[in-house]
Amino acid sequence: MATEAHDAAATAGAHGAGEAVGMPQLDFSTWPNQIFWLLVTLTAIYLILTRVAIPRIGAVLAERRGTITNDLAAAEDLKQKALEAEAAYNEALATARAEAGKIVAKARADIQAELDVATAKADAEIDAKTAVSEQRIAEIRAGALESVTEVAKDTTKELVAALGGKADAKTVNAAVSARMKG
Amino acid sequence: MAEEGASGFQIHPMDQFIVKPLFGGDHIAWYTVTNVTLWMGIAVVAIAALLMLGTRRRAIVPSRSQSVAELLYGFIHNMVEEVTGHDGVKYFPYVMTLFLFILFSNLLGLLPMSFTTTSHVAVTVVLAMMVFLGVTILGFVKNGIGFLGMFWVTSAPLAIRPILAVIEVISYFVRPVSHSIRLAGNLMAGHAVIKVIAGFATLAVASPVVIGAVTAIYALELLVACVQAYVFTILTCVYLRDAVGGAHH
Repeated sequence: MATEAHDAAATAGAHGAGEAVGMPQLDFSTWPNQIFWLLVTLTAIYLILTRVAIPRIGAVLAERRGTITNDLAAAEDLKQKALEAEAAYNEALATARAEAGKIVAKARADIQAELDVATAKADAEIDAKTAVSEQRIAEIRAGALESVTEVAKDTTKELVAALGGKADAKTVNAAVSARMKG
Repeated sequence: MAEEGASGFQIHPMDQFIVKPLFGGDHIAWYTVTNVTLWMGIAVVAIAALLMLGTRRRAIVPSRSQSVAELLYGFIHNMVEEVTGHDGVKYFPYVMTLFLFILFSNLLGLLPMSFTTTSHVAVTVVLAMMVFLGVTILGFVKNGIGFLGMFWVTSAPLAIRPILAVIEVISYFVRPVSHSIRLAGNLMAGHAVIKVIAGFATLAVASPVVIGAVTAIYALELLVACVQAYVFTILTCVYLRDAVGGAHH
């Protein structure tokens, strides 16, 4: 079968580019030609691959892997920095809050101190004014007592005179004084 | 390819496989520029265009053609690494060469009026023999006479080991045959079937059916073109593992 096909194909080959009788694949007269050009082709492809394509694609893939790794590392780094910044911000916030608390306490203490001073001053003034007033009241009272004695003596003299007695100034005075003491 | 002659249909499904001199003449010497030369040259140009022009900008964010080139690179590189192990990676350029040649030849062969170089047994036999001889020589260089231990199945009972050894040896030598015939046979059959069915298109009644059938088979052939390139490559890797990974299955 194979030799038959071979013969037929060989005949076709001898006819040149005619019709294929049987399988052109088994026309062994074309084999050296095909094998020669196949080897040329494979060599060409091999050279293209080893000289240019494989190193280039390998380098691109390696570079891409490197870039991705670097980018991931950079992202990790930035994330770390963001966390640090957040921590710093929180710390600053806490410090500021503490500072504000201190300022408020100090202000409160100052106001309290001022208030105390003012209160003490006012108390002192009030005390002074009270003392002055009491003295005046005492004076007025003393004055009033004297006036009452005077009025009583005079009234008594007038009364005695009006009742027809003869008022002895000395006696009346002594009597009034005695009564008032009593 | 069908001509309605006096004797009815004349369908010549095998004409597409004829090797012709490109610039006239009848004789085909080993150096004659033929349609084989033309289509292998087109394959080289296509591969160069994809792998050299496509990647010329060396972009970190790849363009479409660069993505395809990187995809092919990664696909074959992973295959070689996974199947043959870490020691096999240094044979990656050879495997890549085979894969790209077969893939591009298969796909270019699907263009109308084109010539499918990988449908020729001459081509696939050379490809398979390169793998077979390469693996055998490499196996002996790396493992010495221990490479023969591959045929001595130590996990089997001692009594049946000689029988297994005979089977293993036969299967080893059948490898290049199946390796090459599988590729050429698949492509030749597919292309011939398309031509035969297309031949019936001259019948006006049948032509709508023919168009549908050719379209469907063309889609199938597109799949076959890629799958056969993949199969040839992964078998190459499997054979390479025997030589690189030592004499154990």
